Amino acid sequence: MTVETSTWATRKGLAQMLKGGVIMDVVTPDQAKIAEDAGAVAVMALERVPSDIRAAGGVARMSDPGMVESIMNAVTVPVMAKARIGHFVEAQILEAIGVDYIDESEVLTPADESNHIDKHEFKVPFVCGCRNLGEALRRIAEGASMMRTKGEAGTGNIVEAVRQLRDVNAGLRRLHSMREDELFVAAKELQAPLDLVREVARDGKLPVVNFVAGGISTPADAALVMQLGAEGVFVGSGIFKSEDPARMANAIVQATTHFDNPAIVADVSKGLGAPMRGLTLESIPEQERLAVRGW
Amino acid sequence: MKIGVLALQGAFREHLQTLDAIGVDGVPVRLPADLDAVDALILPGGESTTMRRLIDRWGMREPILELAASGAPVFGTCAGMIVLAREIAGQEEPILPLLDVTVRRNAFGRQLDSFEGELNVPVLGDTPVHGVFIRAPVIERAGPDVDVLATLDDGRIVAVRERNVVATAFHPELAGETRFHRLVATMASEHADPGEGSGRRPHPTRRARTPR
Repeated sequence: MTVETSTWATRKGLAQMLKGGVIMDVVTPDQAKIAEDAGAVAVMALERVPSDIRAAGGVARMSDPGMVESIMNAVTVPVMAKARIGHFVEAQILEAIGVDYIDESEVLTPADESNHIDKHEFKVPFVCGCRNLGEALRRIAEGASMMRTKGEAGTGNIVEAVRQLRDVNAGLRRLHSMREDELFVAAKELQAPLDLVREVARDGKLPVVNFVAGGISTPADAALVMQLGAEGVFVGSGIFKSEDPARMANAIVQATTHFDNPAIVADVSKGLGAPMRGLTLESIPEQERLAVRGW
Repeated sequence: MKIGVLALQGAFREHLQTLDAIGVDGVPVRLPADLDAVDALILPGGESTTMRRLIDRWGMREPILELAASGAPVFGTCAGMIVLAREIAGQEEPILPLLDVTVRRNAFGRQLDSFEGELNVPVLGDTPVHGVFIRAPVIERAGPDVDVLATLDDGRIVAVRERNVVATAFHPELAGETRFHRLVATMASEHADPGEGSGRRPHPTRRARTPR
């Protein structure tokens, strides 16, 4: 039997296994255990959750690899970690310590103002953020094997995530309804490779899994984006910035599974204590918005 | 005949699509009541720790064990195989102990060690099965009543059947491989309607023999 490791099928396949699940930001091994016990399908290991990154200001970089390793040793679920946009050496370091997925993330300060990481060069799979179909297709062309809409991280405000998810899905529906001879211009407008545009137009869906991130802070938020067509959710600050993280984590997991059953979402939403304190988008100056990072 | 796919978390849609491809009705199963209408159940890949949590929370354990006890086929892939094992190495409690095996989670290492390759599965014929192994488990011990359906070159067990329960460490649903689903569908239709083969019956046009 000839065996090939880290193929497109295994990279994309891990994301398929995470579907219908919740990926939680954690900053310590203890938080990772709480997330795993609550039913997280994976954890994102980082030094500070996005709301703290936002509050701290300055340059946000990849987390200490030793800290990421301590979380890898604490749990059996897959562990993801963030590299800066375009910072392929941070990605090499994360691959070297053996993380299961790299998030090339706008939550960190970008390292390159025009180029993203060439993700085909790596054996470890990548998830990338997008705001619309064009961004998603460009990231997939660069080798991303999982997508997530960016939302506006660290705000506890779902509005951007909803806008972006609707945008991606509307783009897919539009593409799917086009004539073959209209796809050339569509590819030009999406700024994405024609072959990929053709494939997506034919299937009416992205060739990789698409999650939602950035702003989910209640079970109802999770169920909302799932009903809008998300295949799973990332929850950053929403869990460990809430009053009772273990309960909130568990409730969001249940609501993500039973997203189309209002009675269950109601049941798990009871008595959760205060969710994280949110920010309105208008209160964030343009230059401090994270979703606009990446091109 | 309907086959349920446990849809709590993981790659359940891929299983429903595979069932659709072979012309079988697949239904997502999230709550105990969803099991009433099914003649078989598929446990998909995903995260077994998450599935354990969701199976417990919504009281799925007893109804699934009852379904299996009635003889309905149950098929688990990857995390589904872990869910079905009687023993999970590392002393975790079993989830739905229907297969007399000891399974080891993440037996090949982390995601970087995930792999694909061709496997011989004699029960499915000569054409090899394309096995996609993602953070896959492996069976370290198989009980005396367990049929081994496939092993790796080094002898490690990656597919088994024990009576009405089938499990694979890999993902047929990701590889366009339909034969496992056909096997389960055949087992399910036999369970739903035992039909002709189930007992000795006279040929419909046979005349009563006149004793000489």
